[in-house]
This record gives sequence, C-alpha cells and structure tokens, in this order.
Amino acid sequence: MFYRVQIKEKPGIFDAQASGIIKDIQDLGIQIPISLEFCQIYNIEADIVQADIKRICEELLVDKITQEYSVTEDADSFSARKDCFVIEVAYNLGVMDPTEASVKKAIRDLGIKGIKSVQRSKKYIIRGKLSSAQIKIITDKLLVNKVIQHSVGRGPQKCLSQSVNELKATELNYVDLMSATDAKLINISKKGQLFLNLDEMRAIKKYFTKFKRNPTDVELETLAQTWSEHCVHKTFRGKIEYIEKIPNSKFQIPNKSQNPKSKIKNKKFKIKKKIINNLLKSTIMKATKELDKPWCVSVFSDNAGVIKFDKNYDVCFKVETHNHPSALEPFGGANTGIGGVIRDPMGTGLGAKPIFNTDIFCFGTPDYPASRLPKGTLHPKRIAKGVVSGVRDYGNKMGIPTLNGAVLFDERYIANPLVYCGTAGLIPKGKVFKKVKQSDLIVVVGGRTGRDGIHGATFSSGELTQESEDVSGSAVQIGNPITEKKVLDTLITARDKNLYSSITDCGAGGLSSAVGEMGQDLGAEVYLDRVPLKYKGLKYDEIWISEAQERMVLSVSKNNLKKLLKVFESEDVEATVIGKFTNDKILRLFYYDKKVCELGMDFLHEGIPLYKKKAVVLKPKLKEPRIKPSKDLTPTLKKVLSDYNVASKEWVIRQYDHEVQGGSVLKPLVGVNNDGPSDASVVRPILSSNKGLIVSCGINPRYGEISAYWMAATCIDEALRQIICVGGSIKRTAILDNFCWGNPDNPDRLGSLVSSAYACYDFSKYFGVPFISGKDSLNNEYRVDGKSISIPGTLLISAISVMDDVTKVISMDFKKPGNLIYIVGETKNELGGSIYYKTKNSLGVDVPRVDKNKAKNILEKLSSATDRSLVRSMHDCSEGGMAVALSEMCFAGGLGADIFLAEAPYKTKNEKRNDYVLFSESNSRFVVEVERKNKEKFESILKGLPFGMIGCVSNTDILTVFGLDAKFCVKADINQLKESWQAPLNW
Amino acid sequence: MVKPKIIILRTAGTNCDKETKFAFDLAGGKAELVHINEIASSRIDLSSYQILAIPGGFSYGDDVAAGKILANELTFKLKEQITKFIKQGKLIIGICNGFQVLVKAGILSVDSLFKQDISLINNDSGKFEDRWTYLKAQNKKCVWARDLPEVVYFPVAHGEGKFVLDNKKVLGVLKENGQIVFQYSNSKGTLTPYPDNPNGSLDNIAGICDKTGRILGLMPHPERHIMGSQHPRWTREGLKKYGDGLLIFKNGVEYARKHL
Repeated sequence: MFYRVQIKEKPGIFDAQASGIIKDIQDLGIQIPISLEFCQIYNIEADIVQADIKRICEELLVDKITQEYSVTEDADSFSARKDCFVIEVAYNLGVMDPTEASVKKAIRDLGIKGIKSVQRSKKYIIRGKLSSAQIKIITDKLLVNKVIQHSVGRGPQKCLSQSVNELKATELNYVDLMSATDAKLINISKKGQLFLNLDEMRAIKKYFTKFKRNPTDVELETLAQTWSEHCVHKTFRGKIEYIEKIPNSKFQIPNKSQNPKSKIKNKKFKIKKKIINNLLKSTIMKATKELDKPWCVSVFSDNAGVIKFDKNYDVCFKVETHNHPSALEPFGGANTGIGGVIRDPMGTGLGAKPIFNTDIFCFGTPDYPASRLPKGTLHPKRIAKGVVSGVRDYGNKMGIPTLNGAVLFDERYIANPLVYCGTAGLIPKGKVFKKVKQSDLIVVVGGRTGRDGIHGATFSSGELTQESEDVSGSAVQIGNPITEKKVLDTLITARDKNLYSSITDCGAGGLSSAVGEMGQDLGAEVYLDRVPLKYKGLKYDEIWISEAQERMVLSVSKNNLKKLLKVFESEDVEATVIGKFTNDKILRLFYYDKKVCELGMDFLHEGIPLYKKKAVVLKPKLKEPRIKPSKDLTPTLKKVLSDYNVASKEWVIRQYDHEVQGGSVLKPLVGVNNDGPSDASVVRPILSSNKGLIVSCGINPRYGEISAYWMAATCIDEALRQIICVGGSIKRTAILDNFCWGNPDNPDRLGSLVSSAYACYDFSKYFGVPFISGKDSLNNEYRVDGKSISIPGTLLISAISVMDDVTKVISMDFKKPGNLIYIVGETKNELGGSIYYKTKNSLGVDVPRVDKNKAKNILEKLSSATDRSLVRSMHDCSEGGMAVALSEMCFAGGLGADIFLAEAPYKTKNEKRNDYVLFSESNSRFVVEVERKNKEKFESILKGLPFGMIGCVSNTDILTVFGLDAKFCVKADINQLKESWQAPLNW
Repeated sequence: MVKPKIIILRTAGTNCDKETKFAFDLAGGKAELVHINEIASSRIDLSSYQILAIPGGFSYGDDVAAGKILANELTFKLKEQITKFIKQGKLIIGICNGFQVLVKAGILSVDSLFKQDISLINNDSGKFEDRWTYLKAQNKKCVWARDLPEVVYFPVAHGEGKFVLDNKKVLGVLKENGQIVFQYSNSKGTLTPYPDNPNGSLDNIAGICDKTGRILGLMPHPERHIMGSQHPRWTREGLKKYGDGLLIFKNGVEYARKHL
C-alpha cells in the first residue's frame, strides 16, 4: 500500500520555517506580498493496515500540540486556482535522505512491521499575485537544487526499491588504450571525467602494454583518483621553473640610434631564474624540519599534524577545503566538507577525539545583482546561507564546538566560493603511530556506499564550468552527521581496547584512496561485492570510487575481529570485512568471482610522470591613489566598519554551538553585551585541567593582488597576533597552510603561489613557528562562455597554541574608565590593499610588510606582559587598522576613549596624515589597555620597542580621536559605530 | 559516604553526555554513561541508579522533530522501567534535547504520564542560536532548584526550544502547581522579549518540573556553567571558582543521598 501523509502547522501557530522562506523570496528581489504554507510530506510504502498508519501519524510523525495532518492513498486532487501555486520538492533518485532510516527505526519501535520505504518531500503553497516567471525563479533559485532535488508532478513517487535491480553478472569493461592515439587518449580521459593529462595517459598505456592487455575501467579510475591533483598534489610536489621579473629602474625606452650591445644591457626587467624540485619540501616542510621543535610529534605524514599537549595527550589539527561541491550544492557541499575534515583527526594515528572546529568562508559580495551572475552559478547570498547551514548542521550534530573562523566577500568568489573547514582532536600518547600488518583484515565501518560522490577527487581537481552542475552532479554528497557520531563514539572504545592496528578515513577517492594508501607497502585484495550498499544497482567501479560519507577503514588482525565487531554492533554501527592486506605489493579487486583489477602498488603510487610547470612573478603596475584628506574622519570610519569584511559576523557565529563539550574559556563573541569580536578562542579540552588551546587564523587575499609574498607574511603575522592578544605565546604555537589558487598551468598564477610559499618558509623560520600540516586546492576557476574567472590566490594560515594556564586569558573589550591605552608597533604608510582604500575604490601599492627587526620581539614581549597579568585588554590592528581596533574595543566594552594620534610611533618619509595613521594596516601592531598602577612595569618590558601611550578609556559613550595636529578627527558615539558594524550582515 | 549513582542516557546523536557527567561527578555523584541499547537489552538495570539524566544533543538527528524518536523509544521500549523509576520517587533531569525528549514522551506532562500535552517547537527566529540567557528561577517546588538565586545565567544552544501548550488550561495548572521553574528574563529577572527570550517561548518558559518537583526539564544548559571560566564575561567581571549551574547538580545528588 502507498500512503501519503501531509503534515502542516495548525492555524494560528507561527510557522518559523515558512516565514524564513518568505524572507528568502524577498531576497530574490520579489517584493510582491505573498503568504506561504509549508507541508511536510511522508510517502510511505508499506504492507500495513489503516489503524497502523493512524498510529504512525499520531504517535510519531505529527506533533499533536501544534500540527494537523491528512492521509491519502493517492495523489493530491489539486486543481489550479488563481494566484495560488503549489510546488513540491523531493530528492532525486539515488540521493539518500538520512531521515528515512530514523523513521523506519521509530516505526519498528512502535511495534509496526512491513515498512518498505519512507520518502519525504516538501510542499510549498504560495499565494500571491506572482507571474509564472517569478514562480520559476522561486522554484529554481530557492526551493529546488537540481543537483539533489527535483520538483515533482502530482502523483505517487516512484520508489527506489522498485526501480533498480541488482547488477550481478557484470561484464568486465576494458578500455582500449593499447591501440589509442594521443588524441584518443585525451578523449578517453575527458569522456571518463578522469582529468588525466596526455603524459599521464601515455604512462598508463605504457604500463599496460608491458602486460599485453588493456586496463579495465576500474583500473583506470583507480589511477585517475590516486593521481588526481586533489590526492597527490602534483603541483606542489613536481618540478617548477620559477622566474622572477623585477622591473629595471634604470630602464630607458630604447631609441634607434643605440647600438645592439647596449640594447641587451638596457632590459626592461631583471630576471631571476630558479628550478624548484618539490615546492612543498623546499619551503613549508623545510621550515619545520629546520626548526626541529621537540614538541612536534607527527608532521606532514598523517591525516593531521600532531603536537604535544600535556603529559597524557597530544593534539592534532587539520584544515581542508570543500570548494567545488559547495559551489554546486552549498548545504551538502559544506555539510560534507566539515564532515570530511572531522574524519581527519578520527583517522589520525589510531584515532583522535575531535575537540573543536573552525571554518573560514570566501563568498561573492552579497549585494551582487542576480542579473549579472555568470550562467550556471548560484547567488552568493544563497551560497552563504546554504554553506553556513551545512556547517551548522554537521558541526552541531557532531557535538563539536565551532570556535573560530572568518567570512570574506569579494566579487571574484562569485562562481567559486571557498569553504575551509578545520578540526582539532585530542589523542592519547602512544596512539599517534600506526602500522598495517600483513594478513590484517580490511574492515569498513560506518555509512553504506552509494552513488553519491562519484568522481569527487577528480572533479575537484579540475575547473568548474557552466555545465558542472549537470555533468558532475553526482560528485556532490549528502551527509549524515549522526552516522558519523555513532562511528566516533564506538571507534574511541575500539581504539582504547587496542582492537585495530591502523585506520584511515574514506575521503576523496573513497575506498580506492583509503585502501590504496593503507596497502601501499604491502598490497591488498578487496571483494567489492561485500561492501554494504545503500541501494542495489551500483557497478563495481562505482563501489570502489564512491565518496559516500561517514566511512572509516580499519586494519584488524583475525584475533581481534570478533571483539571489534561486537563494539560496533552494540551501538548499531555497521562494520564489514571487505578484504585483507597481503604482502606482494599488488592491489587486486574482485567482484563476485571476477577479478576486476590488478595493479602494482609501486606504479599506482610512484608511476605518475613528474610535471614541469612554469611559474612567473611579475610585479603588477600599480600606484598609490590620491585621496583628498578630510578633516572629520568619522563618516569614513563608519564606512570602514560597515565593509562586509570588517562587519560583525554574529549572524554566523550564533548559529554554531561554540560551547558544547563544556571547555569554552574564551568565546568568539566577548564584551559587556557578549557581541564584540574576539581575536581568538580558547578552549580547555580536559575539564579538570587549566591547560588550554588557542585557535586563530589569518587570511587577506586583497594583499595578494599587490604581492603574494607579503600577503603570506601578513597572514602568518595576523594569526600569531591573535594568539598574543588573548594571552598566548608563539613559543608553543604551530601553524597550518591552506592554499586555494587558480589554474597552476597558468605561469603567473603559479608564480604567486610559489612566492607565497617562499614567504611561508621565511616567516615560519623567522617567528620560530613550525607548519605541521597543510593542503592545497588548485584550479579554483570557473569557465563560462570560453572565459575563465579565477579566484584571487587565497592563503589561509590557521594557528593552534598550547596555553599552560587559561586563567591568564584576556579579552579584547575595554574594561575600565581611566585605564591607559597603548599602541605597540610601528605605523607606516602601508595602505595598499587596505579596507580604507577599498572604500575609495582603490587598491594602492604599499602593502603591509613584516619588519623582521622588530615583529618577533614585539610579540614575545607582549606575551611576557600578559603572562605577568599586566594587560587588561588587547586587540590587534588588522583590516581597518588602528581605527577599527579602537572602535571595536570601545563598543565591545561599552566604554569610550580619548586618543591622541601624535603619540603613536609613526614612520614615513612621505606625507604624514591622520587618515593614514588611523587606517594603515601595518603588521605587528596591538592596541593594549593597561591599568595606571602597572604603567612602569608594562613600559619597562617594552623598552627599546616602538610603542606609545595614546590615550585612556573614558566613562562616556564617545570615541574621540585627536589628530596629528591635536585637533579632533573622529568624534563618534560608540553605539552608532556598533550599529554601522552590526547592520550589514544582520540577516 | 556512598555516592549516589547517576545514569546518563546515551544514544545515537547524544553529545552533551561527558560534560553532564563531569557536572554530576563534581557535585559529588558517581555518573555513568550508558547507551540505551544496554537498558533495552536488560544488560543494565535502570533501577540500580538514583538519578536518570537525559543530556543534550541531537538524538537520532532530531529527525521528524527534536527528541521525538528517542521519546518514542522510551515510550515503547522502556515504559515499565521508567514508570517504576518515577514511582520509586527517583530523580530525572532532561537538559535541552533531554527536555524535548521528556516532553514528547509525556514524562513531563500535566495531565498524565506518557501523554504529551506540551511541546517544544522551532524557535521564532527560524534558526539554531547559541546565546547566554538570564533565567528567573523559582526555587520552592523543584528539588533541583533549591536555594538557587533569584536569577541564574546559563547558555542556550538549540533550534527547537519554543515552549508551547495544548491549551491555556494547562498553563494555569503549571502556574498553580508552581511547576514553572525557569523563565527567560533580563539580568534583573524581568520577563523580556527576544533576544532575552531566545525562542519565543510562551510566558518565557525555559524549564518546568513535574507535580512532585523531582523531574526537571530545561532548555538552557546548566552543565555549561559549572566553572567560573565558562562565564562569557569572566575576563571583565572576575574569575569565580564555580558557576551558577553546579548547584542544580548538587541539589540532585544531595537529595538522592538523603532520600534514595
């Protein structure tokens, strides 16, 4: 029987969901007054009687207090009426709705048997004078994401159980490479979405020619996945010819009379050339190796970098990106992005317990006109809302506090948003290393395998195109956080009972990547027909490369198997033996009785031809803008505070649970009204101990348009400044790199990547802060109508720092009238890439640098001041400079301040101006609040460094700034400043 | 002294179990984390504990509605054991998702046990919110709320916490019996609207107890304000050793020690 249960709110009950959708419809630019009714529909296919369906409704599906329902056995009889539109949205075939399993379980609990399938859909009844074009916009742009959903015609839904048959007697598919020409090879790669280039295809052809046979489809897929940019990082590990073009200042435009010899001398550029073998090893990893910190436990070798925490535990940290999937399906993409990075600590060593998440997003500008969007892209505001919801859903349900993050807006992220997600985990000492043993069984644990996420690794390694949402739709996965939570709970039990010898997560590349990596030194055989499936009908190659979520792979000795399976079974987690590790270094796959793959592990992991790519750095032709100085800078300050990149991110932060697990010491929002922007968050992972962890991040893609090198230096400086601001020290700080760049085949894009990697080396070394893990995501470009839009090269530096005593934490809000305000660090006319210039539609050229003579000393000295409890509040000067830092400290503390700019250390050969001092974004600067009684002690610590006492906290609501000429240049009510800062992103 | 035993019920999606255990242990109890399968299969006997705590989280993903599927499981799999537990005069606390479970299973109900007449539905803001709330506490009726100051400060973190009732009569009964234990307020204890009332709850209701005062359910998280360093403004207002929430757990443990 088929039952269609429709549930809606009773009349008079406020429907928060419906009112949210009305707001979203208005955001689409449709301002016609409408009303909206929302119905949840359950389509139930079951052999049950009427009385049972009544029980299912009244005891389970319907909240009797607020909802009403109806049951029909067939389609709705709905006749079209004027100004009333019905849109029903259901998941596409093959997309798994996590709710189905829960509802089936609950019906079993009711004691009712005979349920075949439960499928949900949503029905929206919209009333209003809308045109059919407007209804189409609402359907396509808001209610339906065709990657995972469709709008259904009325009538019963086709059920999955009926429509797909099991594939058993599979024909083995061979791909003819042996007779293929180069052109054919390229064609095969393209058609199969393999993203392999000609050299790689040729290497594969050569390998198989040796064995006198063609590869099977799954062999080719395995190679494509293992060799994808996403998995092997060929750009970072390959060979790069690096050319720096430095403009020759003596260059003169040649005239005809010059002799040819002097022509050669009189070159436009000085050229510096270098060959780099393995960029990663020669920059980022090199710094770590040379710093050789004794507290680095495991770096660049596992799923996450590991450092020491206390005498019983180590801590690991990893940040990943999930950009392309989030562009196509923001909720699902971000949802599985955070879900995936959580599995990294779970798969580090023998498994870590996640203790906090971070997330950093780059979106297109939210007020971007919908009519100008490139074909095939979603509106940035929709992407932003979807991404935030996706992270909220997964992070909150996993019970992991989201502590730190950033949200940036720039037009060039319109078609290719960036979604960085990070997770740190706590791991007991002695559980950091793992080793697969010969004859160990391969056990897959957690979620079932489905068609979701096919080709994710290769798809994310290529460019997005306007067809991506059609062709690569299956690369988007749907997450089920509760499955992952169950895996986590049981995994930790199994770990503590020493029931497995190694573990890794199923991420990009699915089983192919996980088993391939674990069996790299030994070899493995896998029986693909034993892998538990979500539904029938998957081909063997789909099973192998599916990126279905919430799966971990373990290696387990035969002796432990029974005990291990019992641990998982006791909490309803599925665990299945799918094969074993061998010792002949060959990867063999079977499907029923057929062998479908036999590949040498050596070829799989080392057969990839090395690339040689060209990188060119050319200084852009830029100049400083001429801005007329204005006497009263108050309106400018408000404008800077309202910039999307500066404005309050409270709307995002509040949607994340940042306090679950109970360890919160310093929250992302601080101050007298709990709404000021904390520099970093502090958490204590072990509730009975005062030892804590600080987490922060630095990101500023605008600087990269002027100099990728100084952008990277700034990101490191910024992440470290924030650690200092809350009372930490750089001595126990480690950092992570995440490069998101455009197409590295383009020499200037690769050039900026290389120079920022050099800066990473230089400043990691300089500050003595090692990199412990990192990741790159390249090809962040969008091809539409033959033109490619690239993101700006975007480097994220995440920092994690161990703090011995969290009772010494300080927050950034001004504390008490009368306290002294210092600026520490030198202000220069460094406004290139600043928010101030951005509000004037300029970029500038003098980008902030990091002064190697002073920066480290400033950071260390401030640490000793906080360690001696001499500081009441501290905030770093970043986007918007000193003016923004002061404003934020004022309104977070609910106190005013009187500031005298002439007292700030200010160094320039050029013109000295109030606006420059206030809005310059020079690095390594801090605003510090100190009690009068500690004046001498504080100043003596900073002796020899640039600092100035610029004013004091006042008992008013006014921030007053007296300029270099001692006349006021800012006089602002702090509540108005706060309003300017809060309004833009208060969605 | 014998420590009262607290069972902290876990299931798929529970996630505030460990900090709830920490709170009970700090309060002098002996708390154990137990998966529901262990009770359903009779490997663990509910009656060997004095206090049952259902902690926060997203049981079964909050699919269908928050807490609903776990409530359903308690009602159909553990009805007898829970009925016995309550009849023995033992204590129950449900926090956040646990409150949603208690209400939807009808364990916290005005009319009769296992009959739902209260609900907790989507926040008026339409979204999950994590924010600190002041709560006007009524410390007379409920065992768990004894000696609480007039106003306490706990964070909420939920998307479905709006307290609603079947009809006005139920509200009258709750008031009459003194069952309304916590109401969202401002720092002075005045009942004020959003954001002080973070979800639009009827009469600002944040937590209620049963007629005996032994079963408490509340949306805010007392286990997240056990130590002074969890307070959002300790860096400006000074670091206290303990937070407002500890007394709730102490009250439970103390009552169990004396009476159970």
